[in-house]
Amino acid sequence: MLTFFSKKSCCNLENNSQSDLEKIVLIGNPNVGKSVIFNHFSDSYAVVSNYPGTTVAVSTGKGKLCGKEYEIIDTPGMYSLQPITDEERVSQNYLFDNKIFVYLHVIDAKNLQRMLPLTLQLIDAEVPLILVLNMMDEARSRGIRINAARLEQKLGIPVVCTTSITGEGLDRLEATISAYEPGYVASKVEYGRGITHAVNSISALLRSEYGVSKKALAQLLLLNDRLALEKVRQKGEDIAAIEKIVEGTEKEYSDPLNYVMTMERQVFVNGITDSVMTTEVSADENHRMKQNGTHLSLGERIDRLLIRPVTGIPILMLVLYFGLYKFVGGFAAGTVVDYLESTLFGEHINPWVIGNFTALVPYPVVQDLFIGEYGIFTQALTYAIALIMPLVGAFFIVFSIIEDTGYLPRLAMLIDRVFKKMGMSGRAVIPMVLGFGCATMATMVTRTLETRREKLISNMLLALAIPCSAQLGVILGVLSFSPAALAIWAIVIGLELVVIGYLASKVIPGEKPSFFIEMPPLRLPKLSNVIVKTYSRMQWYFLEVLPLFVLASVMIWIGRLIGLFDIAVRLLGYPSQWIGLPAEAGLMFFYGFFRRDFGAAGLFDMYGAGVLTGVNLVVASITLTLFMPCIAQFLVTVKERGVKTALAMASFIFPGAFAVGFLVNHFLTAFGVVL
Amino acid sequence: MKVSEDAENILERMWVHINEEKNDSMDLASFGLEGTSAVIRELLESGNIILSGSHARFSEEGDSSGRTVVRRRRLAERLLVDVLNTKKQHVRSSACEFEHILHRGIDENVCILLGHPRTCPHGKPIPEGECCRKAREEFEHVVAPLSALKSGQRGRIAYFDMREEQKMQKMLAMGVLPGIPVNLVQSYPSYVFDLNHTRYAVDKEIADSVYIRIEKD
Repeated sequence: MLTFFSKKSCCNLENNSQSDLEKIVLIGNPNVGKSVIFNHFSDSYAVVSNYPGTTVAVSTGKGKLCGKEYEIIDTPGMYSLQPITDEERVSQNYLFDNKIFVYLHVIDAKNLQRMLPLTLQLIDAEVPLILVLNMMDEARSRGIRINAARLEQKLGIPVVCTTSITGEGLDRLEATISAYEPGYVASKVEYGRGITHAVNSISALLRSEYGVSKKALAQLLLLNDRLALEKVRQKGEDIAAIEKIVEGTEKEYSDPLNYVMTMERQVFVNGITDSVMTTEVSADENHRMKQNGTHLSLGERIDRLLIRPVTGIPILMLVLYFGLYKFVGGFAAGTVVDYLESTLFGEHINPWVIGNFTALVPYPVVQDLFIGEYGIFTQALTYAIALIMPLVGAFFIVFSIIEDTGYLPRLAMLIDRVFKKMGMSGRAVIPMVLGFGCATMATMVTRTLETRREKLISNMLLALAIPCSAQLGVILGVLSFSPAALAIWAIVIGLELVVIGYLASKVIPGEKPSFFIEMPPLRLPKLSNVIVKTYSRMQWYFLEVLPLFVLASVMIWIGRLIGLFDIAVRLLGYPSQWIGLPAEAGLMFFYGFFRRDFGAAGLFDMYGAGVLTGVNLVVASITLTLFMPCIAQFLVTVKERGVKTALAMASFIFPGAFAVGFLVNHFLTAFGVVL
Repeated sequence: MKVSEDAENILERMWVHINEEKNDSMDLASFGLEGTSAVIRELLESGNIILSGSHARFSEEGDSSGRTVVRRRRLAERLLVDVLNTKKQHVRSSACEFEHILHRGIDENVCILLGHPRTCPHGKPIPEGECCRKAREEFEHVVAPLSALKSGQRGRIAYFDMREEQKMQKMLAMGVLPGIPVNLVQSYPSYVFDLNHTRYAVDKEIADSVYIRIEKD
């Protein structure tokens, strides 16, 4: 996830930069610590957290190792050479196309048996390879001892033991990389007669050269791998002959070939692990557990509390209350924003800037552009710095802490059943929660979901009903005048989310989602990682928001010069009046079209001016929450889902937002509710 | 009651027609049979079928004899293909002769020998015999889907459902392989289990399709 911070811009997602530097590529299962190693060696930053699937796109950076500069590439985690989800496909692509100096296969040392098969496949692929046994600390605490020297001997490639989060062993890794010399490494797996024969016949048919060995490619072809097929088709190989061999081999076996090959490979892996790995204490521990049944470590005990519904749901409520309501809504939206907006900017910075600017530039038209009511400085910059950033920052601090502990997969597990009703698996909770921070980032993360249907529904709900932190902060701040108002807002948004999700799951065709997620051990968040991560996300957000705010200021300025602005605001005055708001609220919705949080900022101003009643505030908050998030999110939706889908969503969401506002207003006024 | 081979053939066709092709009864004429023929008379007299006009229905006994004939036939086919390596084109004719030889007792032995197969080589289900039921019950005692385990129960993976390519690929990628130790931690709201040193959470559909050989405490 979120590796788009490489060098300021968010949009160079798959930047295959063509530098002449030798390339080092990190590959391996999800959540084994590739990004930590990447951050250690490179000058860029990839987000690190404690759940599988944090990295959804390739990130690249430069780094000096033992005095020599390399290009370092971090890839999304993959379980095997045969990908299941989109982000794995990205990594697989890297094996085929690029000339690489060395691949670092990073594995979780405590799961040697499960992760070595990929190493053997990579050896079969004849790519230059170093094996990194990471998370040695966790392995040690479970009493797992690994004889790295013997493993090196068995595999024929360099093996380095590390604990990347503490930095242990990374100097040795650096030395190993710079001393690395590619050479032929013999294959370690001998498949049964049928498979070997098929692989040999297929490789004999392949005439072109590929990034991986013909043998590895033939193995993938035998499994009908999509990307492999595409590659050989591009090179004009004899597809028909290959398919015939594949079909013939499939008939020879009663079990699927993937299963057969995995089992045969595992036999060799087990042979290796048996001779290099011992598990001492763990056996004792087992024994102890059987004796008194209750011996659990502190981490395990906390884990149990988190995953049991009886304790887990109250804990979730507490996290939401303190993390979101108290910290983001209370502290950030109240105390911090109040100080920044009214005191710092309102009383000190803005008057000073306005005074100096007026003295320097005596033209009212230009003054208007920069320091007028909607000026670039007085509105765009003030909103961005004094209002949006503290809220976003506060949310990301909370979110970073939560994600580093490893709480999110547990949340996914708790919520899976509810999400299934809305056509999504529990896994979708990760983009959904992230959506409270920034819907644009979250939309990119929907890539980690498996089915098209699930991606579409979560994308839709993100665009529809998940308020982003800036907006949420404003709304929590504005509605804090009455708990009832806040409750009405929350209930309506919640209902909309559930109802639309439920309907979408009924209407949208496609495969039902299935749920599986790895639950990494709980970890204490590291302050430095939380700070770096929050900073990089805020930076990204700021650069995302500011140009749009400035653009809005400029457009409003032009619009006011030629009179279009008044027309637009007046036009939007009509729907405002339909939902019971004064016509001036049209301005707020006008902002809302640029960004939801910009609209919320407008709401904040109107609230400050005291022109809205309690019911008005609730209705306006609801309508704005249901708006499309922002132009950036729309563009990401276009990229991930296509123009048609994105436009369809927009044409559903905007009228829908006003329609719900209309209903709520009528309902509240009909019952004479006074807030 | 034992009937002739011809009568058995008719019982077989009729059982497939009624039970698998879902018809109420069998119209004798459409199968080129006459109500007055010797073989029909034999079936009537032995109490296997009941005639109303030209439509034949099973008696309770007839239904069970039809079922046994079909079972023997399909077991015979399995035996011919799996053990005797008979060529596909000869299976049908050989099985026709073979099925009459496999009588009660022998068919059970064949079934055990073949490991209680569930389908014939053409993919049709083999009706379950007493021996299959017993074997399954015994098996279920030690092997059960992950979703049927109690929290804290341990075992090793016995096998898993391989019918769906995608799903199987996912299992293999997760490291779900026969022989790997499993410990169920929790079963609600999702199934949480340790697979070696990795903890996973999965939904019911996946938990249903992984079978565990339960270890006794």
